[in-house]
Amino acid sequence: MELSAKTNESDHKVIKVHGGLSMKLNARTSEKIAFALLSLAALIVAGFVLMILAYIIYYGYSAISVEFLTEMPKRMMTQGGIYPAIVGTLILIVGSMAVALPMGIMAAIYLNEYAGENRTTWLIEMAINNLAGTPSVVFGLFGLALFVKYFGFGSSILSASLTLSLLIIPVIIRSSEEALIAVPNEYRESSLALGVSKWQTIRHVVLPAAVPGIVTGSILSIGRVAGETAPILLTGAAYYLTKLPDSIHSQFMALPYHLFVLATAGTNIAKTRPLQYGTALVLLMIVLGLNIIAVLIRRHYRQKLKI
Amino acid sequence: MFNRNHKEKAIESVLFSVSALTVVILLLICLFLFRDSLLLFKDTSLLGFLTGKFWYPTSVNKQFGLLPLLFGSLLVTAGAILFAVPLGIACAIYISEIAHPKVADLMKPFVEILAGIPSVVFGFFGLVVLVPIVQNSFNLPTGQTALTGSIMLGIMALPTIITISEDAISSVPSTLKQGSLALGATRWQTIYKVVIPAAISGISAAVMLGIGRAIGETMTLMMVTGNTAIIPSFPGGILDPVRTMTATIALEMGEVPQGSDHFHALFAVGSVLFIITFLINLIADYIKKRYRFKVD
Repeated sequence: MELSAKTNESDHKVIKVHGGLSMKLNARTSEKIAFALLSLAALIVAGFVLMILAYIIYYGYSAISVEFLTEMPKRMMTQGGIYPAIVGTLILIVGSMAVALPMGIMAAIYLNEYAGENRTTWLIEMAINNLAGTPSVVFGLFGLALFVKYFGFGSSILSASLTLSLLIIPVIIRSSEEALIAVPNEYRESSLALGVSKWQTIRHVVLPAAVPGIVTGSILSIGRVAGETAPILLTGAAYYLTKLPDSIHSQFMALPYHLFVLATAGTNIAKTRPLQYGTALVLLMIVLGLNIIAVLIRRHYRQKLKI
Repeated sequence: MFNRNHKEKAIESVLFSVSALTVVILLLICLFLFRDSLLLFKDTSLLGFLTGKFWYPTSVNKQFGLLPLLFGSLLVTAGAILFAVPLGIACAIYISEIAHPKVADLMKPFVEILAGIPSVVFGFFGLVVLVPIVQNSFNLPTGQTALTGSIMLGIMALPTIITISEDAISSVPSTLKQGSLALGATRWQTIYKVVIPAAISGISAAVMLGIGRAIGETMTLMMVTGNTAIIPSFPGGILDPVRTMTATIALEMGEVPQGSDHFHALFAVGSVLFIITFLINLIADYIKKRYRFKVD
């Protein structure tokens, strides 16, 4: 028996529903099997995450100590700490966010508050989507060609930070846009009705309401900066340095590249395993910590809105 | 009043200029990648590069053939997509249609964490855990194979596939679902006869973006695929080492003199990669826009 139904929707979509009374039991059984399989899929995905986290935490935990976090690497990186790599990663975060954050938020404000539906807007949206989908190693090549070579910044903190900032601008634009969209239109309308100008409205009404969302998105993009390896590999990360960078024109060490070097090209890969686990754990903790902070901020403000 | 209008206009122009910078950046990426790539084709023909079967960048008779790297990327990506797509879509259906809201809220951070784990950490995990497993279970001389890369890459592509499919599935109007349920269809029948067909454009876009994510991944593959630049056989090659386009760029760029043939060849590989992901993004964008489900 076959039933066909027309919904009340204006799109006149015709939906066919198979099965009748005689097939009811069968349909119930197949539903049970299907739901079990779908739940299994979700379990597998959660399992992957837990497995990777548990493994890195279990093996990395014993490698972490105050010395590990605050000392320079010693003896061709077979001993000692990862202090310069931590510092390098922090500098990259500050450097790239300093450029990407204002730019990303400004672009998001334009797209959500000013842009009309026209060709130019379409072009900008298309560019953002494409930048978001461009592989990080391609950004690395671009950074190498533009910042390192063409502008003559050399292999340096400056080149790497700028390259990373280009990589996260689309991420910040997208999350800031979402935050701005979530601000109810009544806010804007009542402010404008009081004779407040458009920019003043955005500045004093819309932006403050969108700040939690913008902050959450930005925090998540910090994680991205901390973890990216390919772009900095091509634009200024150093294999091994004996001292901390002294200017933005110096090369630098960074956590993800340090882990890569230790795990694949170190002088004694097997012997430095503990250092590798430790570095992976520190990197993971930074990213996880940022994720947790973002979730907490989101939850805090969501509850505030409810009250 | 005039002053204020002036200020408003100025602010709008500044904001517009910053937005337009994204287009400029995209154009600059094209310009700088293609410019350095073109220098390769003074000595090597474009056709020779695109159809060359050998990547011998440092031997006496240098050869810059794209095919081993392209097929390496395609093989690893295909393997990853083969298991990440069904798994990811199933997980998205579970989260948006089946799970209790509280369970769904618990699953979402898992997916976010998976998206946040740096690729070098995935690579490290693959290297110390999965590589020995693959080596032992198939009795191979090395566990650094295309299969190892595919598995790690599949896991990494999951968040993209899950979040975008989930968006598409949850944006299907509930009136459609209720109509189907009211007719006596079971929840599962409703899901696969009504919800999935209605969300299929968003799900296809998710798959495209998952492919884009996979083909552009660098560090993980560099660490687990063995990096041997030979055209992989099919399907046996899945158990051999391969080298992807991305890994080639990251591995070799550090050692080549700037301005050499080899340097330009790596830019040419980067251009091919950029064009591939650009097309994938355009297609995903097109599918999403063209078939966007009309709510209301």
